[in-house]
Amino acid sequence: MTFLNLEPIRILLYVVAICAFVGLNAAYLVLAERKIAGRVQRRPGPNEAGWGGLMQPFADVGKLLAKQILVPAGTDTLLYRMAPLMVMAPPMLCLMAVPYAEHFVARDLNLGLLFVFSFGSINVMALMLGGWASRNKYSIISSARVVSQNVAYEIPMLLVVITLLMITGTMSLQEITVQQAGGFWHWNVFRVWVNPLMPVTFIIFFICMLAETNRAPFDMAEAESELVAGVFTEYGGMGFGVFFMAEYSNIVVGCCLATVLFFGGWQSPIGILSGGAWGLVWFMLKTYALITTVMWVRWTFPRTQFYLLLNLSWKILIPISLFTLLLTGAMLKLPLLWKALF
Amino acid sequence: MIARKDSLSAAPDGQGPQETFVLNLGPQHPAAHGVLRVLTTMEGEWIQRAEPVIGYIHRMHEKMGENRTWAKFLPNTSRIDYLSAMHYTHAFVGVVERALKIEVPARAEYIRVITSELNRIASHMVWWGALLSDLGGLTPFLYAFDDREKILDLLEGLCGARLTYCYYRFGGLYNDADDDFLNGTRAFVKHMPPRLRMYRDLVSDNIILRKRLEEIGPISAEMCRRYGATGPVIRGAGVAYDVRRCEPYSVYPKFDFKIPTYPQADSMARYLVRMDEMEQSLRIIDQALDQITAGPFMAPKVPRVIKLPPGDYCYAVEAARGRFMVRIVSDGKEMPYRLKLRTPSFSNLSLFEEASRGMILPDALAMMGSLDLVIPDIDR
Repeated sequence: MTFLNLEPIRILLYVVAICAFVGLNAAYLVLAERKIAGRVQRRPGPNEAGWGGLMQPFADVGKLLAKQILVPAGTDTLLYRMAPLMVMAPPMLCLMAVPYAEHFVARDLNLGLLFVFSFGSINVMALMLGGWASRNKYSIISSARVVSQNVAYEIPMLLVVITLLMITGTMSLQEITVQQAGGFWHWNVFRVWVNPLMPVTFIIFFICMLAETNRAPFDMAEAESELVAGVFTEYGGMGFGVFFMAEYSNIVVGCCLATVLFFGGWQSPIGILSGGAWGLVWFMLKTYALITTVMWVRWTFPRTQFYLLLNLSWKILIPISLFTLLLTGAMLKLPLLWKALF
Repeated sequence: MIARKDSLSAAPDGQGPQETFVLNLGPQHPAAHGVLRVLTTMEGEWIQRAEPVIGYIHRMHEKMGENRTWAKFLPNTSRIDYLSAMHYTHAFVGVVERALKIEVPARAEYIRVITSELNRIASHMVWWGALLSDLGGLTPFLYAFDDREKILDLLEGLCGARLTYCYYRFGGLYNDADDDFLNGTRAFVKHMPPRLRMYRDLVSDNIILRKRLEEIGPISAEMCRRYGATGPVIRGAGVAYDVRRCEPYSVYPKFDFKIPTYPQADSMARYLVRMDEMEQSLRIIDQALDQITAGPFMAPKVPRVIKLPPGDYCYAVEAARGRFMVRIVSDGKEMPYRLKLRTPSFSNLSLFEEASRGMILPDALAMMGSLDLVIPDIDR
C-alpha cells in the first residue's frame, strides 16, 4: 500500500478515477433519465443501441463529437468556448472531497464541506458566461434568471448546512459520516431529538439542490417552452453535451452531499454488512436512490414560474431554515445554560 | 399573487434610453405550436406589446371553396382545424343541407353527434397535453395521447381516417356505424371517467399548475365580446355561450348536458372549462348511444349535382375551440359565389395582444396555451 501513498500517484489516480466517474455517470445518467422518463410516460425509452439501449450514451457521444463546432457570429468567442470547460470543472473538484467509503476518498479535507460548497456555487458563473457570450436574447434572459435563482437558493441551502454543522461540529465529510454510524436511526435526517425539524431541513436541502442544479421544476435556465433552450440556445454539438454532463455531474455532487450529510454516507442502514466494499455499495445505493428521485420529480411536475420560485426561497425556505437554525442552537445550548445556572 | 405590471416603461421625461428589446417568438418556437410568430416588445421579462404575426400557413381555403364544387371542397373542411375535423365538416355539410332543405335521417344525426363529441374529447386531449408541455410538464402529453389514441382507433374503424375524417356527406354519412364502433364507443365512455379523475388528481390539483394558471391572464367577458372570442375562452369568463344551446343544430336539443362556466376568467377557468367539457361530452355520447335507433344513414333524395338556390346561408357549430360558422352566398351555380369561414382561433388569438400587455413572458405563454390555438385554424 505504500506506493498508493505516494503523492503524484494519488493525484494521477484521482484524476483518472474522477474523470471516469464523472464521464460514465453523466453518460449513463442521461440514459437512466430517458429510461425513467419512458417508464413514467409508459413508453420503452431508448432500446435500439446495444442491449436494451445500453450503448445509447456512446452513440450519443459519438454523434455529438462528430458535429462541427460552430461559433455564431457576434459572440464573445473566448468566453463562448470557455464556458463549457468552466462548467465542468467545479463538480469534478467537488467529488474530490466526497468519502465514498471508509478508506475511499481522494482527499479527506478537514474543511471538506466548505470546499464542496465554495466550488459548487461557482458553477453558476459558467452558465452565466455561456449565456452572456452567446449574444442571444433568450440566453441573456435565461442567464439573468440563473444568477438570481442561484443566489436565492444558496442562502437557505447554506443555512441548512450551518444547522447541520452546529450538530456535527466538524466540516470534514468523513467525520460527519463516522458520526452517523450504527443504523439508520443515527442518520442526521432522523436525529429528531437534536432538532425535531431535521426531516424538514433535508427537504429544504433537496429543494435547494434541485434549484441549484437547475432541475425541473426549477429549470429556469433551460425553460424549453419559453426560452427555446435558455442558456444553451446557441450551443451545439459537444459544447451542448458538456453542459448536460455538467448538469448531471452537479446532480451527482448534490446527491452525494445529501447522502453524506443526511443519510449516513457509507454507513449501513441496519448496522450489519458495513465496512470495506460494503460501504461503497451503501453509498452508491443511497446516492442513486436520490438521483432517481430527482428524475422522478422532473417527469412528474410542471415547471414553476420564476417569481414563484423566488417567492418560495425568500418567503418560505429562508424563514424556515432560519428558524431551524435558531431552534438547533437553542436545543444545543440551552441545556448547557440550564446546567450552568442551576 | 398576480405578477402584472400596469405602468410600463416610465422613462421619465424622455431621459435615458427606453430599456426595451424586441423578442421574436416564432415562427419556429417551441411554445407556438406551429408557425405562429409573436413579435414581443419586452421590458426585461415583462411584455410591453406582443403582436401576433399570422399568415405563415395561409392556404386560401375560402378562395379554394369558391373555385370548387360543394362536394370537392368537402375534404378541405377537415384540414382547416385538423384537431376538430368532424365539427368543421359538420358546419359545411349543414349549410348545404339547410340551403337544399334536406332532411337528415335521425340515425345519421346521432352518429354525427357521437363522432363530433368524440372528436371534441380528442381535441381537448391534445390541448391538455400541449398546455402542460408549455408549462414544462412533459408527461401528461403522452397520457393524453394514450386516450386520444383510443378515439382515433374508433374513428379509424368507422371511416378509415384518423385525423382528417371527411366522414359526413350532404344528407347523411359516408357509411353506417357498425356495432364495433358503437360497442367500442360504449367501452370508451366507461373507460374515460376514471382517467379524467386521474388527470384531476395528478395534474389539475397540482399546486404548481394551480399557481401557474390561477389569476393569470384574465380575459373578461367584455373583452371576449369585443374580439368575438368564443368557446371555452368565453365560457371561462363566466358566459354560458355555447352554440349547441344558443343556436341548436342537429339533435343536440334532445340531450341533457351542462355548459360548464367559471367566472374567474383566468387561465385556470379556461382549463377547468375544458376538463369539464370532456365529462359533458361523455354524457352526451352516453345518451346518444342509448337513443340511437336503426334506420337509414343517408337522406333519400340528394341531388347528384348540387346547386344551391341563390341566397345567403349560415350554419354554425360548436367546434372544440368555439363557434365555427360557414357562411355561403350562392348565385345558383355549382360553386359558391362567396364562402366565408368564421374560425374561432382567429378571434381567440386576436385578444392576445391586449390581454398579454404587462404580463411576464412565461405567464403570457401559459395564457396562450390556455387559448388552445390551432394555427391552420387562424390562417385557414
